[in-house]
Amino acid sequence: MANKSILVVGGGISGLTAALEAAEVGHEVYIVEKNPYLGGKVTQINQYFPKLCPPNCGLEINFQRIRKNPRINFFTMAEVESISGQEGNFDVTVKLNPRFVNENCTGCGKCTEACPAERANAFNYGLDKTKAVYLPHEFAFPMKYVIDARACKGAECGKCAQVCEYNAIDLNMEPKTINLNVGAIVWATGWDPYDANKLSYYGFGRYDNVITNVMMERMAALNGPTKGKIVRPTDGKEIKSVAFIQCAGSRDENHLKACSSVCCLASLKHATYVREQYPDAEICIYYIDIRARGKYEDFFTKVQEEANITLIKGKAGEVKEDPSTKKLVVIAEDQVAQEVVEKKFDLVVLATGMAPTTAAAKVPAEMAYDEDGFLVSGANTPGIYAAGCVKNPLDVASAVRDATATALKAIQSTVRGQQ
Amino acid sequence: MEKKIAVYICTGCGIGDALDVDALSNVALKEYKADICKTDAFLCGKDGVAVIKNDIENEGVNTVVVAGCSSRVNADVFNFGPNVIVERANLREQVIWCHPADDEDTQMLAEDYIRMALVKQKNMNLPEPYQVENLSKTIMVVGGGFTGLTAALESAKAGYRTVLVEKEDKLGGYVGKMYKQVPLKPPFTDLEENCIPGLVKAVEEAGVKVYTSATIAKTAGGPGMFDVTINQNGGTVEERVGAIVLATGARPYDASKLAHLGFGQYENVITQSAFEEMVAAGNMEAGKVAFIQCAGSRDQEHLPYCSAACCVESIKQALYVKEKNPEANVYVYYKDIRSNGQYEHFYKKAQQAGVIFIKGDVTAITESDGQLAIEADDKTMGTTSEADEFDLVVLANGMVPTAAFGEMIEEEAEEEAAAAADEPKVVGPTIIKSNMLNLEYRQGPELPELKYGFPDSHYICFPYETRRTGIYAAGVVRAPMDMLSAMEDAAGAALKAVQCVEATAKGEAVHPRSGDMSFPEFNMNRCTQCKRCTEECPFGAINEDEKANPLPNPTRCRRCGTCMGACPERIISFKNYSVPMIGNMVKAIEVPEELDEKPRILVFACENDAMPALDMAGINRLQYNPWVRIIPVRCLGSLNLVWINDAMAKGFDGVLLMGCKHGDDYQCHFMKGSELAEIRLSKISETLNRLGLESERVRATTVNIMDYDKIPAMLDEFAEELEELGPNPMKDFQ
Repeated sequence: MANKSILVVGGGISGLTAALEAAEVGHEVYIVEKNPYLGGKVTQINQYFPKLCPPNCGLEINFQRIRKNPRINFFTMAEVESISGQEGNFDVTVKLNPRFVNENCTGCGKCTEACPAERANAFNYGLDKTKAVYLPHEFAFPMKYVIDARACKGAECGKCAQVCEYNAIDLNMEPKTINLNVGAIVWATGWDPYDANKLSYYGFGRYDNVITNVMMERMAALNGPTKGKIVRPTDGKEIKSVAFIQCAGSRDENHLKACSSVCCLASLKHATYVREQYPDAEICIYYIDIRARGKYEDFFTKVQEEANITLIKGKAGEVKEDPSTKKLVVIAEDQVAQEVVEKKFDLVVLATGMAPTTAAAKVPAEMAYDEDGFLVSGANTPGIYAAGCVKNPLDVASAVRDATATALKAIQSTVRGQQ
Repeated sequence: MEKKIAVYICTGCGIGDALDVDALSNVALKEYKADICKTDAFLCGKDGVAVIKNDIENEGVNTVVVAGCSSRVNADVFNFGPNVIVERANLREQVIWCHPADDEDTQMLAEDYIRMALVKQKNMNLPEPYQVENLSKTIMVVGGGFTGLTAALESAKAGYRTVLVEKEDKLGGYVGKMYKQVPLKPPFTDLEENCIPGLVKAVEEAGVKVYTSATIAKTAGGPGMFDVTINQNGGTVEERVGAIVLATGARPYDASKLAHLGFGQYENVITQSAFEEMVAAGNMEAGKVAFIQCAGSRDQEHLPYCSAACCVESIKQALYVKEKNPEANVYVYYKDIRSNGQYEHFYKKAQQAGVIFIKGDVTAITESDGQLAIEADDKTMGTTSEADEFDLVVLANGMVPTAAFGEMIEEEAEEEAAAAADEPKVVGPTIIKSNMLNLEYRQGPELPELKYGFPDSHYICFPYETRRTGIYAAGVVRAPMDMLSAMEDAAGAALKAVQCVEATAKGEAVHPRSGDMSFPEFNMNRCTQCKRCTEECPFGAINEDEKANPLPNPTRCRRCGTCMGACPERIISFKNYSVPMIGNMVKAIEVPEELDEKPRILVFACENDAMPALDMAGINRLQYNPWVRIIPVRCLGSLNLVWINDAMAKGFDGVLLMGCKHGDDYQCHFMKGSELAEIRLSKISETLNRLGLESERVRATTVNIMDYDKIPAMLDEFAEELEELGPNPMKDFQ
């Protein structure tokens, strides 16, 4: 008898969707998420294109669906260590990393007030700091604090444990391993921003006013490091001009060969963020093709009409910094004007693309990958499916569609296994 | 059920320090005669939960108020099974985290929230699921093209009886006529053989019941019980199905409208589909071919949207030419090449094969001696490009959804009456009579259109959030897309169809109130046939008989309560959500006398966005006005105007509605809720004026989940304006 339950690896928008859709059909579902919270990358997005609506709205509905559905089980700070068996009957071991905060946590926040240590805030891509014991973000689900072991001073400090009235701090928590038996597996571990440090000619890491598109999302977010104000990182001052460099690492033989699908629309959206705060700022987008497919064309049209952006057809070659003013010079070949143009900007945003998480960490099972590392669904091991951006670079709506489709594939595996 | 009510007040997280807990207990025990009231310093801890469980098991408690943190947290901890009603009084996020400790006003607020929770419980019952007789779990797919065949196969493979209805005599649709197809798998570089013959065979082997040369004359009923009349070969067949996937595809944009590109004028200017058939028939001999992208698409005078598939389709067709003759000259004129994702590899393959891509708008096509010349404004060379001696020009003429063809239903809804009363009109959904489903729905026979004829969902996070429960559009009828996307979309829609029949079988709602077992019940004795419920339901769930009596279809219902809010006679209610329930909560709030100088403001907040935003204000310890009392509603659409009357009669100084954004980029998950509430409000101002109350006392505002930082100022400003108006004159008359 096959196991009808389904394991979903990754608790971002694709994983959450696959899990919820399968659970709402009636299947028992397990979500394994490596972060201390569910929601993945979309929790870090300020607004979705094309509606410019907050991702937390849809996430909150998804968390409600989880709260109301007894068939969903989730593990945060967890990772899959091994998979054995076959379609209909997989044995999976899952490692649960220590949170150092147990289920007693009420979310009251006293520990953070007492904590003397700080850590770079990964949620904001290191643009600010949190205490070593922290709530990942205000919408965090579950609303439980977590301790960063690398920053924590440990049991000899123990201030958090002293102030916690609920015995929720356990500085000696050890990793645990659990075993799951499932009928099918959905691998939805998503993507990482392509490492902009590899794009040395654009100065990322050397010039602080060169940021990436994901950092832009945090900067524009009310709950981000600047409380939503878009400023120059070097001095926190207002900006008068910004350049967006498209295909920073995508569509590039030396980096990601595929197109990352979302960056054009993301930069157009970022242009609306800038325009809302700076009615007079100069906004330039350097591009190869503007890929606003389908009905997203309306968004492209609207941004062109309303945001007064300059589109420059040409791949930027280099970014230099004027050391005295920290202004940046973008050097690019303008293919329409047929000349090399140099323009100065206060801020440069690299539209870095999507590297699949499987480019770095493979599935512990026999699977196939394409040349950029994207996971090929169901190719070598029937019953293990890829969903969302680990399979194709996708925008959110497409990833949700794909995850919904993948939930059905996983259900089919559990049906097949029964015969 | 006989209720035995117990109140548990958590004193943890600072609640016990900030509030007089004994006074709170008195409200529960003395004022409201709760059977049990206990306090605990750590109610969500093991011992605290054990106390509640013990009372349920040994004391017969079946109705529990947890006064502590928000229902956003610890939902699992305070879940005591389906037979125990649990209500949360949010003393943490919405009282002590956003109001000063040890303060008279804060205490009054907390006491009111205990009262409201108790009254709410007294007025609610456990829902009993709606059960369908002769429920069908069959999935019906309409359209036998690539998407429809895929959806049917996916549904059958999941173990569901599936029927497929195709209007042509043969399955396969648009893709069926193609020579080859774009790659659907890595490495995304190679042309693939046409998949349709294999797909048709798989569909047959999977046991799908196929009706060809068949159309749908009528679809009655709702999820789990759609009764479909299929016309086939002059006869009719009846099928009872549980859910429907609409996969009727698209048609190429009418090329006769593209005369400026020479179509109709020169016979060697042809469409993408004509080229496909030419190659499939082995009749393509051209040695120099031009493909013109965005022929109709991305053009405000034709199709403002991008048709999404044409770039990769033209790359494929360019490769046909190169496959046949590697020396052939192939040009592609484009605005942007949109080979998204891994189709970048396919684009590169064409470039390597020698296809020449020119970014530019075609300005003229002329013919001499049977050969075509193209003049274009070459954007990358900065010049006018002229090329001639083309044997063939292929127009990538985009797509129009089949749902867009047909007469548009005019708003018949009491236009004259509305105009006469000079009232804002409730705008119903736009429905085009495309003759595909012929739904027996009061609001019209097809899926409501979103834009450009596509019946898409408006949502990024929920692309299958359909406005007709149990009917899911898939493929190019839903939105412009390429084959790879359509393949996924087919499976996605099939999943939603399967999920809908399973939920319906259990009597549960589907998204966004998934699992909700309540449904609206109508007390027909008092119905005045005003039609508001049948017109305003965002999901078309309510039909009408000839006498305009509402005929509810609970399986179509999404449980938003819009009908309940619309009904002037207040005859619609849910077991656990009703007009009296909220009305009594309003009445339970203590409104101090005018001399006390403690105004009261009532807020009705959408539970999806405004409520979490209010919680976030608390989590961020933002302080706001203590005169405010907040009542969450399923959707502002469920707001019944009698609640405003109740509030005014009770002596509230003002009422504020917090709902989602409406308009083109609306964020209401029930589509129209906040908009309808505002329209209703505009109708109440006259009544208020008659009572000697200023209409400014009642207003609506838009709050999204990230507006929490604006909430304190929003409430303070309203409070200041109310102070200027002075107290509600009805205050001391109660």
